[in-house]
Amino acid sequence: MSEPAAAAAPAVAQGESAHPLRAVVLAGGLTFEREVSLSSGTQVVEELVRAGMDAELRDADAELLPGLAVAPADAVFIALHGATGEDGALRAVLDLAAVPYVGSPAAACRLAWDKPAAKSVVRSAGVTTPDWVALPHSTFRELGAGAVLDLMVARLGLPLMVKPASGGSALGVQKVSRVEDLPAAMVSCFAYGDTVLVERFVEGVEVALAVIDLGDGPQALPAVEIEPESGVFDYASRYTPGMTEYHCPARLAPEVAERAAAVAVAVHEVLGLADLSRTDAIVSADGTVHFLEVNVSPGFTETSMFPMAVEAAGYELGDVLARLLGRRAGAAR
Amino acid sequence: MKTSEIRALFSVVSRPEVVSLAGGMPAVTALPLDAVGSMIGELVSGMGAQTLQYGSGQGDPRLRERICDVMALEGITDASPSEVVVTVGSQQGLDLVTRVFVDPGDVILAEGPSYVGALGVFQASEARVRHVPMDGDGLIPEALEEALLDCRANGDRVKFLYTVPNFHNPAGVTLSEERRAAIIALAEKYDLLVIEDNPYGLLGFEKEPLRALRARDAQRVIYLGSFSKTFSPGLRVGWVLAPLAVREKLVLASEAQVLCPPSLTQYAVARYLDTQPWREQIKLFTELYRERRDATLESLEALMPAGTTWTRPEGGFYVWLKLPHRLDAKLMQPRAVNAHVAYVPGIGFYADGSGREYMRLSYCYPEPDQIREGVRRLARVIEAELDLHSTFDAVDTGTFRAAGRTPPVPDVEPFVAPANSDRYEDGA
Repeated sequence: MSEPAAAAAPAVAQGESAHPLRAVVLAGGLTFEREVSLSSGTQVVEELVRAGMDAELRDADAELLPGLAVAPADAVFIALHGATGEDGALRAVLDLAAVPYVGSPAAACRLAWDKPAAKSVVRSAGVTTPDWVALPHSTFRELGAGAVLDLMVARLGLPLMVKPASGGSALGVQKVSRVEDLPAAMVSCFAYGDTVLVERFVEGVEVALAVIDLGDGPQALPAVEIEPESGVFDYASRYTPGMTEYHCPARLAPEVAERAAAVAVAVHEVLGLADLSRTDAIVSADGTVHFLEVNVSPGFTETSMFPMAVEAAGYELGDVLARLLGRRAGAAR
Repeated sequence: MKTSEIRALFSVVSRPEVVSLAGGMPAVTALPLDAVGSMIGELVSGMGAQTLQYGSGQGDPRLRERICDVMALEGITDASPSEVVVTVGSQQGLDLVTRVFVDPGDVILAEGPSYVGALGVFQASEARVRHVPMDGDGLIPEALEEALLDCRANGDRVKFLYTVPNFHNPAGVTLSEERRAAIIALAEKYDLLVIEDNPYGLLGFEKEPLRALRARDAQRVIYLGSFSKTFSPGLRVGWVLAPLAVREKLVLASEAQVLCPPSLTQYAVARYLDTQPWREQIKLFTELYRERRDATLESLEALMPAGTTWTRPEGGFYVWLKLPHRLDAKLMQPRAVNAHVAYVPGIGFYADGSGREYMRLSYCYPEPDQIREGVRRLARVIEAELDLHSTFDAVDTGTFRAAGRTPPVPDVEPFVAPANSDRYEDGA
């Protein structure tokens, strides 16, 4: 079943007036990433107001739909991280309510949200991604955890990355270098969700690859290179200013940077994403770009990489966000 | 998991879908809000020249007199208002006492577990905290003596014992009458200073308050009191009762920090004690908390998986729960957030990283029905976690083909089928 694309959503009652566009920025939600999302949303509102828009921050709660019915927005910006905001569910509801929004349509989000599924699709399109296996708890219980883990290690080697099959901000993500640490890593990862993605660890430079589409097709922004002080880009390294050094543009050879940009655009296109995305990848010593995951709702906090990339490309963040919103609002008129 | 991650998990607690057994927020809406409101309004309109002005660094004299009346309820009948220093919550009082007494590297003895806000103060002063075990009757005197002897043998300078004798936060237990005598005897024997932190003493459900440690020894015990639980935490009014020589240092330190405690809230507390039926209000609070305690204990009894144990508080706000099979409350927390129930993992109440299998449940804020629902959710979370452990705990990685070594990466990448992919593909 195909779902209506946001751009094709029926128009809300809006006149051609000189009033500034009214944007509702959704942030918060009921996930582990609520705090990050609130921080992203606040930043987006500030940028939009600076760019001359009338922007308001709202939580995705029981007040949202009645609120949008009473005071319709010209377009919604989704700064929700984690489920509902990123898994397509909220976007499907906005489609039903004919509320235009910035970002990818529901079906594409659902695919990107499921990291193993996204890896499959991306690999089919010729993009390199570390080998992996994704399994629910029940498989371990039914087949015997020891036998399954033994196979995993035998085929994927060590170190391994153990991560929840969905979700962001590196919550629940662990690097396992010793086989004896693996069972405990599985236990703590399963606390985040029912499916664990176990991936071969790839040594290299971690990069964030932002893509925007301002109407001329998806365009990769300069790569952001991530150099966490602790060596691990975990939750604390992400959101504590000063704990990670970022290089933008990344210190990559020109042809490698070009390849990284091509990967980001390919991922954006093959998954059917729209407006903006951020692909996380590793560049190994031989210059290969390994896709890890893609975020349909990238962070906009003061330590987030998407805004760094926008700035490095010579854009004003507020201007980019306003243009994305303006396009969606315009399409709905 | 780092502190910032725990804070992130806690951010969902503000959503109404989540039953929070985490926070220690008093039920302030049970106060006569209209009466308190007009009282505070009159303090501004009628006495603004005093209530909106700077005040004494030691605190308003009238309030200090009333504080002595309050302390008399717990047997402290010899306190003089001149020995009382009003502070911005008892938290500031603890901070002042710590600043006055503690140098970096000094040892502070504290119950294990101990109040997390106190551990923060001690950490800031670069003290080393040594935990002393407790049981159902509170701090164990024999363990205290052992710790003192140990420290003496190691050449450690013990600056004081920090203790919450009544309805302990987080353990929920109360120091028994016999042990109070024993602790004071040890304080005399070893010339030990005791910091008695007593925010919950008047919130007993079953018995009259026990006599405070300070009522038994006026020289070796510094007493911290608070109106946060008996009246309102938002007013931030607490106090320190200390011998005169110490009091002088505390006042100087407090003046350096805040000049003087807020005048308006001090007047508000004094006026409240003068004009409102505050003893009846405390009865009302305790009745409400008793109902919530009962709902908590009944639900735990009915729903918790075998092997789970918990304390049975006779007052205060908290139940201290021990998970079965050494489950880790912190690692389990994402599952609890997913299930829309929140608690505080036990590890935060220890300075030494222990307490992983414990959690603190607060019953002070949610209504009994919410508590029952919260405990129901928590029971399911624990059951799911037990199920997970039964899958992984018995794994013997020593038998793995790759045990203990990192296998070389083969030239051709091995074929791995993505579990939820409908096609097989070459991994190379």
